[in-house]
Amino acid sequence: MSADDGGHPLFLPAVFVGGLVFGVGLAVSEMARPEVVLDFLQFEDFGLLLVMGGAATVSGIAFAVAERAGGTAPLTERAYARRLKSFDSNVLVGGVVFGAGWGLSGICPGAAYASLGVGNLPILWAVGGMFAGAYLQGWLRETVGARSGAGAGAEA
Amino acid sequence: MALESTLAGLFPNGTAHYLLGGLLIGLGTVFVYALTAIPVGASTFLESTLSYVSDRQRFAKYRASRDWRVVFSVGIVLGAAAYAFTLGEGPWTTDVQPWRLALGGVLVGAGTRLGKGCTSGHGVCGVGSRSRTSILNVATFLAVAIGTAQLVAAVGVTP
Repeated sequence: MSADDGGHPLFLPAVFVGGLVFGVGLAVSEMARPEVVLDFLQFEDFGLLLVMGGAATVSGIAFAVAERAGGTAPLTERAYARRLKSFDSNVLVGGVVFGAGWGLSGICPGAAYASLGVGNLPILWAVGGMFAGAYLQGWLRETVGARSGAGAGAEA
Repeated sequence: MALESTLAGLFPNGTAHYLLGGLLIGLGTVFVYALTAIPVGASTFLESTLSYVSDRQRFAKYRASRDWRVVFSVGIVLGAAAYAFTLGEGPWTTDVQPWRLALGGVLVGAGTRLGKGCTSGHGVCGVGSRSRTSILNVATFLAVAIGTAQLVAAVGVTP
């Protein structure tokens, strides 16, 4: 069907189950609540550090073990590798813009999808905004970035 | 006793649900990774889904992954729903004002895509990979978010 799944019949079910567990985690940890994220950012409850740190620890152990073991994944034939992205100024500029948005709204992409699942309809404002922002940066990078010669091809 | 009161000060709502939730987020990521070697993130979905309706080159490069990213995101929605409507406390809505959600959302959508990832791609998978790029991105967005939230609260915007 697409380059990523290689047509294995269990690829999409596996991704779906992973998404389900991920969504349960976002709901259990209350990261789907903008108020809880804002409480963390205002130093009233440091729970978010346990959530992100806990999740990064679990994935970090798995990534390290998989990379050391080598081989390829059963459903995609892809080699196990860590998530490494090239560094450039976009990483910092993007971090600043994302941080301003996260601090203003208390919501990030995965948490916004989860929030929709618990019936938090006002979060559609945020989801709509995210699509608009993603479109805006794509448009800016193609028009302004292409004209100045910067930005194009910067992503590895 | 001193430790107890320190913990209560840092975590007035307890720690168990944060740790359990973080563990599950990690396990969901690891489940996909173990079977596919894909370190999954939530924000690429925004651009890959735009490729269904826009011919812009920027989004076209995500066509190969757009189907499974929809499936993963639908999984997140349904997983959160399954918990909220069974063991959880049922549906709730946020009191944070719509303009904050919308404007913040625009910045989140633009910033995560420009910065190559979000709290899951950089924060969970990237930090888990000990990626310098991810650690720098996370440090940046955390610092700016803390400053922004404190500023917004200081000028009296609630909720």
